[in-house]
Amino acid sequence: MGVVTPARPAAKARPARAATRVRHRDGWWAALFLAPQVIGLLAFLVFPLGFAVVLAFMKWDGLGEKSWAGFDNFAAQLSDPDFGTAVWNTVKLAFLTVPVGLALALLIALALNQVKGKTFYRVVYFLPVVTSSVAVAVMWQIILASGDYGVLNRTVYDWFGIALPNWLEDPGWVIVSIAVVTIWSSLGLNVVIFLAGLQTIPPALMEAARIDGAGPIRVFRSVTLPMISPTVFFSTVVAVISSFQAFDQIYVLVNPDHNDGARTIVYQIYDLGFQNFEFGMSSAAALILLVLTLLVTLVQFGVQKRFVHYDS
Amino acid sequence: MAVIPGPSGVPVSRRLGKIALHVALIAGGLAMLFPFAWMLLTSFKGAHQMLNAPLDWLPNPWRAQNYPDAFGALPFAQAYWNSFYIAVLNVLLTLSTSAMAAYAFARIRFRGSGLLFGLFLATQMVPQQVTVVPLYLMLAELGWIDSHLALIVPGFVNPFAVFLLRQFIRAVPIELEEAARLDGANRWTIFWRVVLPNVRPGLGALGIIVFLASWNSFFFPLIFLNSPELATVPLLVSQFADQRGATDYGLTLAASAISVIPMMIAFLIGQRRILNSMAMSGLGGR
Repeated sequence: MGVVTPARPAAKARPARAATRVRHRDGWWAALFLAPQVIGLLAFLVFPLGFAVVLAFMKWDGLGEKSWAGFDNFAAQLSDPDFGTAVWNTVKLAFLTVPVGLALALLIALALNQVKGKTFYRVVYFLPVVTSSVAVAVMWQIILASGDYGVLNRTVYDWFGIALPNWLEDPGWVIVSIAVVTIWSSLGLNVVIFLAGLQTIPPALMEAARIDGAGPIRVFRSVTLPMISPTVFFSTVVAVISSFQAFDQIYVLVNPDHNDGARTIVYQIYDLGFQNFEFGMSSAAALILLVLTLLVTLVQFGVQKRFVHYDS
Repeated sequence: MAVIPGPSGVPVSRRLGKIALHVALIAGGLAMLFPFAWMLLTSFKGAHQMLNAPLDWLPNPWRAQNYPDAFGALPFAQAYWNSFYIAVLNVLLTLSTSAMAAYAFARIRFRGSGLLFGLFLATQMVPQQVTVVPLYLMLAELGWIDSHLALIVPGFVNPFAVFLLRQFIRAVPIELEEAARLDGANRWTIFWRVVLPNVRPGLGALGIIVFLASWNSFFFPLIFLNSPELATVPLLVSQFADQRGATDYGLTLAASAISVIPMMIAFLIGQRRILNSMAMSGLGGR
């Protein structure tokens, strides 16, 4: 990722005073060009974020009196078994979706890189990505549902006489089911990104490794993987953040109101804020999610230095 | 390894390997397509056909009437229009404002540029659910709850778009800009006449990404909208599934197919462009 801006070669030498004047005017131009996004960012992101911090220390239902609550909201959340379940489920979902989803995507991208007909396969694997998460959840409901409505359990029972678990209601399986649906719906995006990454590797590099006697696994470990490691890292960061934010498929596939097995932090925020109108409590849960997201992202950026290879 | 040349000169082991790869890829592809196929098949079934034993794989009879029924049961036409015009406005507002910001970050030297850009990137880590309660309260104060303004106005703030377009703008040869400046063009003219025409592929790619995200979004419409006539397509489908869910799967799946099919067609037509733009976004626009 070209996040760090390399210094551009200094502008051609101009008489000093003219240069100062140009730069002075440039400040105004920069302000003009930046204004809409910066004002929007302040109004709709930075301000609400500050507001969330304030709310997290208040007791307020949106109508009655506001009062300071100190750390009560945080204490209440941290000792609430619902919140414990939510944190555990959020972490579990990330651990199930991210490694499996990315590994599968990488395998498929590696296979696609070897064969003809890439366009066809790319389109097929990408279809779920352009499908709305609500439609995805509705489609999977009639596959995973229990009883006569779920085609998976019915078919397995009819053909093999095996009774499969109740995927969407059994608290032990619900997060696994959500993970499967999430992987299915985001697989194509990662395949397309990884395939593009693979195609930027100069063929000469692979050829050189092969001539040196490296087998396919060695080529993968010593050439392919280092070359696409920035892409894999980028996708991992994005996948973890979006797994922490998963809501739509959970809400439609299994309503966590009726099934605590599917309660995640994001669902907890929604439930507290928009079903119970405990704005302070909801904001406290939201801040805990934010801290968790930042911590995990920071750890990833720390770890990447050892594993990610950047071309200078 | 003993290499046995095949008829066309390609070693047999390699050709077998290719065939195995295709078999695996096709198996995976079927797993990707099955939920869509099952949705379409179910959408033509009657209310009780799913309960038949043994399981009916094909609809019998084919009940095409599910489609007009689903379309008539809820204001779908209205929802289509809502989703469409909101997505178009989101695209226009996001593209214009983020291209401007991207130009400033790419080509204007000003104090604090690096710091401000870093802050832009950092805000991407903030999950939208963290700010949703305060945002709701703010929008309520403005009287925008249960109005499309709640989806259109905050939607244009998009640090990712700024990041992606900045990468594209940096790739435009600086000489073009300098030539225009010698001709007396100011920053705005340069941005409008020189830079924008040269980043059309980037704008196209970003436009598609923003359109898709807006069209498919569910969380904000769920929280900000109440009136049925304001609903977007995903919101309507989820309400439909809630109401009819367990009683008439045929109708529910027809509703869901109605919501999916136009996007599918659009995707199949523009697949090359869409896939390339997604690949580019994943590579951070490199």
